[in-house]
Amino acid sequence: MAALTREETEALIQEVLEVYPEQARKDRAKHLAVNDQSIEKSNKCITSNRKSQPGVMTIRGCAYAGSKGVVWGPIKDMIHISHGPVGCGQYSRAGRRNYYVGTTGVNTFGTMNFTSDFQEKDIVFGGDKKLAKIMNEIEELFPLNKGISIQSECPIGLIGDDIEAVAKKANKEIGKPVVPVRCEGFRGVSQSLGHHIANDAIRDWVLENRDGDDSFPVTPYDVAVIGDYNIGGDAWASRTLLEEMGLRVVAQWSGDGTIAEMEKTPKVKLNLIHCYRSMNYIARHMEEKYKIPWIEYNFFGPTKIAESLRKIAALFDETIQAGAERVILKYQSEYDAVIAKYKPRLQGKRVMLYVGGLRPRHVIGAYEDLGMEVVGTGYEFGHNDDYDRTIKEMGNATLIYDDVTGYEFEEFVKRVQPDLIGSGIKEKYIFQKMGIPFRQMHSWDYSGPYHGYDGFAIFARDMDMTLNNPCWKQVKVPWKTEESPKVAVAVGA
Amino acid sequence: MPSVMLKKNAEGKLVFYVPKKDLEEVAESVEFDSPERWGGEVLLSDGSKYYFEPQDGQPDFPVTLRAKRLDSGE
Repeated sequence: MAALTREETEALIQEVLEVYPEQARKDRAKHLAVNDQSIEKSNKCITSNRKSQPGVMTIRGCAYAGSKGVVWGPIKDMIHISHGPVGCGQYSRAGRRNYYVGTTGVNTFGTMNFTSDFQEKDIVFGGDKKLAKIMNEIEELFPLNKGISIQSECPIGLIGDDIEAVAKKANKEIGKPVVPVRCEGFRGVSQSLGHHIANDAIRDWVLENRDGDDSFPVTPYDVAVIGDYNIGGDAWASRTLLEEMGLRVVAQWSGDGTIAEMEKTPKVKLNLIHCYRSMNYIARHMEEKYKIPWIEYNFFGPTKIAESLRKIAALFDETIQAGAERVILKYQSEYDAVIAKYKPRLQGKRVMLYVGGLRPRHVIGAYEDLGMEVVGTGYEFGHNDDYDRTIKEMGNATLIYDDVTGYEFEEFVKRVQPDLIGSGIKEKYIFQKMGIPFRQMHSWDYSGPYHGYDGFAIFARDMDMTLNNPCWKQVKVPWKTEESPKVAVAVGA
Repeated sequence: MPSVMLKKNAEGKLVFYVPKKDLEEVAESVEFDSPERWGGEVLLSDGSKYYFEPQDGQPDFPVTLRAKRLDSGE
């Protein structure tokens, strides 16, 4: 199917909006836009980070998900207590595939679920005593933990427990960092505020721990990787490239990260931000307080990797700059071979994305390296500054949708008919049943890593095996049965 | 009275960031911008104006300062 023109795309948006009642239509219209690269600021064309409409199907999470699931959870040597009823912790346990090295239950705790399992009496009489008791039990059972964080679930804020006081007391008793995080799920409109709250908790309770302590030997090439959650091993694939070009990666935030790394981050020379949405807050704070500059980079696809490596190197001396060129050259034959193999199979295929706060724009380059085109993209919980950065990456007259509803996404897909959709588990089976190849772009569909040159090879292979899988020809979808002879044959056979 | 995070970008221009509004904008002009005195009206590239209480000497960028919003731009 040929690409839609600007008018057609605008008409499509109007058509999709028609079913809503007037008030909802007016609100949703602000969240849907046709990309126009000539626009400098996204707030002229799209509204984001607003409360979802009641009655529509949104794909967003909550502040607790942003703090415990994203920012704090991957810090492997701390124990993160899901403070409140048991469900939040259990259903978010180990779901995000943040890989780490260590012996789970001994010195690392990433895939375990610690919860205070609130009962009626805790809601009525408060849970502070229980929390204090849990922390003592943790110390006894898991003495190698390096600290505890208290991730509040909704009831904590509602009943007004003083977790800060409990944390301070426990900190004195056990002599390890104990961090209370006020990330109750009802705060904010999406998980985005949870990221911010988590960043603020790191700022207030962790970052200053080693101020004035110069025992950590520094080099002029120290950097921190911030906002890489090591999903499927992403941070490792990124880290090797940085180390090969001569930099020393002091800290990983927070995939495969430790609290000691976080405490040392104020000593680095440069902060590298991958997930801008979830961790720009702490980078901006460190810039102001410790005068550490930060830059955003993108390790998806060889074009963006080379661009990013050079951008990072430009902030260091010639040895690093030469190192960047050396790294790019070293992997060139590898990624050229990947492109030579998969580009002919994927050329011209059209992709629609709907992911969280970073990938809707970051993976565009990787698809383009494979000759594919991204025709629609959107963020679950992006803000205006994310859309500012997206407009430039996307082609003209492509669709942009913020906090898209289940209905809108389906209608867009029916009309645009992309060859591939990249979104999350909640969308996967709907679109697969519609006969459209689908990849989960949150968890990499249990594959990965996708970052770095090594990741690009896996990315290309995965896209190919999804898109060119023969099973799609067997799927009977209503709009294909009559026109498409291939499907008709398959059905008749 | 938003808190504004100010920093200089690679070109030496002032970058204006208001965390609560996700407003990230380059400043077009600053009323007082000399080594002795800094502040006054700041015009952003999107047309909006903010006012900083003039102070002696350049602030140590990056820094967070309180600003007053003069108009909403267009």
